[in-house]
Formats: sequence, C-alpha cells, structure tokens
Amino acid sequence: MKDRIFRVNLTDLTTSVEDVPEAWAGHGGRGLTSTIIAAEVDPTCHPLGPNNKLVFAPGLLSGTVAANSGRMSVGGKSPLTGTIKEANAGGTSAQLLARCGCKALILEGQPKADTWYSLAVTPEGVTISEEAELIGKGNFAVLESLATRTEDKPAVICIGPAGEMKMASANISVKDPDGGIRSSGRGGLGAVMGSKRVKFITVTPGDGKVAIAEPDKFKEANRTFAKSLVDHPVSQALGQYGTNVLVNIINESGGLPTRNFTQGQFAGHEKISGETMHDTIKERGGKVKHNCHAGCVIQCSQVYNDLKGEKLTSGFEYESIWALGADCCVDNLDQIAEADNIMDDLGIDSIETSVAFGVAMEAGVLEFGDGAGVLRILKDDVASGTGLGRIIGNGAGSVGRAYGVTRVPVVKNQAIPAYDPRAIKGIGITYATSTQGADHTMGYTIATNILNVGGAVDPLSKEGQVELSRNLQIATAAIDSTGMCLFIAFAALDNEQCLPSLIDLINARFGIALTADDVTNLGKYILKTEREFNLKAGFTNLDDRLPEFFYTEAVAPHNVVFDFSGEEIDTFWNF
Amino acid sequence: MIHVKVKLFAYFRENRFREEDRDLAEHTRVMDIVDGLGIDRDEVGVLMINSRHCSFETELQTGDILAIFPVIGGG
Repeated sequence: MKDRIFRVNLTDLTTSVEDVPEAWAGHGGRGLTSTIIAAEVDPTCHPLGPNNKLVFAPGLLSGTVAANSGRMSVGGKSPLTGTIKEANAGGTSAQLLARCGCKALILEGQPKADTWYSLAVTPEGVTISEEAELIGKGNFAVLESLATRTEDKPAVICIGPAGEMKMASANISVKDPDGGIRSSGRGGLGAVMGSKRVKFITVTPGDGKVAIAEPDKFKEANRTFAKSLVDHPVSQALGQYGTNVLVNIINESGGLPTRNFTQGQFAGHEKISGETMHDTIKERGGKVKHNCHAGCVIQCSQVYNDLKGEKLTSGFEYESIWALGADCCVDNLDQIAEADNIMDDLGIDSIETSVAFGVAMEAGVLEFGDGAGVLRILKDDVASGTGLGRIIGNGAGSVGRAYGVTRVPVVKNQAIPAYDPRAIKGIGITYATSTQGADHTMGYTIATNILNVGGAVDPLSKEGQVELSRNLQIATAAIDSTGMCLFIAFAALDNEQCLPSLIDLINARFGIALTADDVTNLGKYILKTEREFNLKAGFTNLDDRLPEFFYTEAVAPHNVVFDFSGEEIDTFWNF
Repeated sequence: MIHVKVKLFAYFRENRFREEDRDLAEHTRVMDIVDGLGIDRDEVGVLMINSRHCSFETELQTGDILAIFPVIGGG
C-alpha cells in the first residue's frame, strides 16, 4: 500500500488524503513529526490554539514484522514546555496506522463550537463523527465502550478527562493488545488533542498491508536483528523484572532523587524495587512479562495484581514508581500501583504528576509519604478539575509557582525524571540540552554512567559527559524515527550486528541503500530541526540550564552539586 | 580480618541472599567474593563499593559495602 498523508481540519471539519511530499519521504516517527511541525506550525503560536497542529506518525518500520517496531510518535508544540515535542508509545496504533498507508495523520485547526468529535482512520482516509457519550469518561471506560461499539478490533488513541480539561501534563493513550494502556506521556500533547476537541481516534486497516520492497532481505535482516535483541542480557532482565529493576541500582549509586530531590537514596527502596515487584506479581498471579505491542521480543511490561488477585495496573514503570515512591517517600507499592492506574485512566503523565506531588509535599499541601493523600487528591481534585487539581495537573512547575517553592525540579518547565543530575552528571547534560525539556529518554547516559552498557563513563566526573550525551541524543533521534522501542539501544550499544541489521531492515523495506553515516546524519538533522523551532519560539542557550538548586545544594551520599558551566553545556551543540 | 557487607541484586539473589555481613581475610578482592558465590563473572554487569563503581581486582577494606548486580537496564 502506498504511503500517504492523512489530514483533518477541525475548523471546517474537512479531511484529505495527500501524496507524501518529497522532503518527507525518508522520514518516519519522530523525524517526521518534527519535520512537519517545523514546516507547518508557527513556533510562536499558542500550543492550545488553532495554529498548533498534532501529528501522529508510525515509525519507518512500523506495520512490518520487524521486531519491536510498534512505536507511534506524536508531535506538536508542547503546552508544558513551549518547545517542540515528540512523545512515543507502544500499543497497536503504530502498526495499524502503517497498514492503513498512513505515513502521518495531521490534526489542524480548532472547532469554534463546543462539540466533541471522534475520528476513524481507514485506508480510504479519515471520517469525523460527533461524540457525546464518552465525553468526561476515563480512558478505560472509553476502551471498554469502543470494544462493544465495533467488532473489528481497531487501534484506539484517546484522551482522558485531563486532556479534555487541557491540563499541561495530559497525555495521549494508546490501547495495547490486551486492552491496557500505553501512553505518549510527556509534554501535555493530550491537552493539544483536547484543544482540537477530539476525544478518540480509531484505526482500522482491514486487509491493508505494508509493502516490503525486498522481502527476502527483510526476513533475513529481521532474524539477525531479533536475535541480537533476544540475546542481550539487558533484554532478559527487562523481561524478568521490568524497568523497575533500576530502583535498587540507582539507589545504590546515590542517584535516586528522594524527598523532592533533597537526597540521593531512599530508605524504602527495597519495598518498591523491581525484585519486590517481581515476587509480588508472581505471588498474586499477575503477569511478570507482557508485551505492549505485537512483535516485541523484550516484554518489559507486566500486569500487577492487588491482594485479591485482580488487576491493579499494567505497564508499571520504573519512572512512575520512583516518582511516587522515592521522590514522594511513599514506600507502599500497592498505593503506587493504584495511583498509576488512576493516572492512566485520567490520561495524565505519571512522571510529571508524581513529581508535581513531590513539590506539593514540600509546599505542605500534604505530607511526604502520604500515599493515601495522593490517591485522594487524584480522585477528588485532579479528576474533577478543582483549583488544586488543575495546579497539580499543570505539572511540577505549576505547583512550584502556585505555592512559592524554589526547589522545583524542571527544565523548560518539564519535570526531571528518576536520575539525579548531580550524582549522574551525564544525564544532567541531557536534561539541560534536550530539545523537549528534561527527559531521560532523549539521551540515556545512565547506560554508560551506571549500567556499564556501551562502555563506562564515571557518573561523578564531568569528563566525557557532553560527548556521551550528544552521541546518545543523535542516535536516539534516529531510533525514534524507525518505530523501534528505545530498548533496542542496549543491544545496539553492545552488539555489532544489531545496528547494521536495523539499517538493513529499513533498506529492505523501502528498497534504498542507507549507510550508518546516513542514520547519524538523520539524528543530527532531527535535533537541529527541533532546536531551530525552539529558537524561533524564543528559547536561547540560557534555557539549557538546570534549576539553580542543583548548582548550590549538595546531594548525599556523594555530597556533590551539578558543576557544569553554561559554556561547557553549550558545547553540546557543536556538531 | 576485615568486616564487609555484601549485597546481591536481581536474580543473583536466587538461592543466595539479599545481603550478608562477612568477616574476610585482608587483601580479599572483589573477584574472590564473586567467585566464592558461584557467580559467573560474565554475568556481572555492575560492581559498586560504597556507591562507587569498582572492578573485580579492587581490594576490599573493612567497613566496605559491596554491591553486585547482573547486567541490567531499563529507563
């Protein structure tokens, strides 16, 4: 099936299907969303106004049988950061969009009236319908209702109440193969979807298939690629313990941000660790392994049950567990799981929201460790959009401003995730220089700073960190364009066959001849395109800095501050 | 004699322990502990003493906390 661009104008409620412009042909995933946003969106526009656009793009390999290729990118101007934004997730939408021949789905404009809409994507194009029944409903109710409304098992992309209320940390949810939820979590793109008054999108490819230019080469490359993933020990540990295996090692390193980033180790780490989670899941009859999209050979996801053996949450990730756990000092994994599920249902970023709770605890809104209080505020305030609920739903920076807190862990107003940049300096460079605000996935230096994957760079030394972050950010931008899960990077860093076989897959899919240099250049192009957008939006190099307290408050146990000068950080962009 | 705490993580705990205090001979190296536990060195991803990375050759000192992790990742 030929790839095309599907466009929906919400101002006049028209749709179109267009040929792919030459300049977009070689792009997919993040590279494509960022290219389109840079080309079509005025960087100074209001993110929630009619001039912003929301772009959905499967990766270059999505919809094929390539292992781990089921990530869909969503892009737009972020209402949280004011920068360009791309957030990707698994689920079934990337594969089914690709099978519709939809290279990108662009939502633009804004309805003038209060009506809500849903969109249905098929290989023929997009149809718009008015939606009333599911407005105000949580994500799980939306998925449940749509499962009975349609018989052809569409992919579902939706927003919860947080997105409807245009909270700056609202996410976009994607149905996974078992009816659970994966989230394009960061940066508030759910609010952009809410601003376009689109509650959900279904994707139904029918018999649509992705064309492979050279099927035999493709099959062979996929065999090598999948083997490199399966064989890597990190993949195996991810299957067994999930991403939460990191709690104990990051705690041991002294880089686990605790009590709103005042300490680097959490006394309750063992109770919230991947090891404890694994044992609890087994005891209660949950699922230790679970794939967020068909074709994933790593299976880092899981289903976590409550004491009665009923599903409490799934896709229970390290970042969310760290944030409510160590950062808010809640050492009760069941409370964290319940909060995780509520946040999934509300459609709100579990990193941003949980870090916002840490700041709220520092402000005295509730006590550190008050897991019951977190649950209460999520249900009573965030869900219904009270004043407090909106302050928290607008993120950590919003809480800091509302309550006059100065220790607010954000970069470009986006909450810093689960690694303290004072004790793990490479990740501080990533937080500072990322085109999208603080985000560990943009250049995961933890691999090399802590995990000894892809070499070893001392986490407490400044030496080599800028270069490490730069190389990883370039590689990540390229990987984010393929539709691949970022966890292929562990194998790519260590196994010499992994990356060449990935390039072979792309070449066989399209009948082209990319080289490793082309892929690196793609990563560089994406970063520069995104930065150019930010500069036009009014950002400068002075925004590439960490909050002041990281430079002045030493964190235990290493008693270190973040000590990169502005000039040193700025060398990141020397490429 | 030196006194050291040894901590194990992930599947290294299976049929072993979570943490254990040990009295050891002077000049005991990290590799001696790892080998003594029957852990294949190839499976070791990260070694830390007192929250700093170390190597198999590092000599333990009294009061040290040694943490032994298999190859793991996440994010």
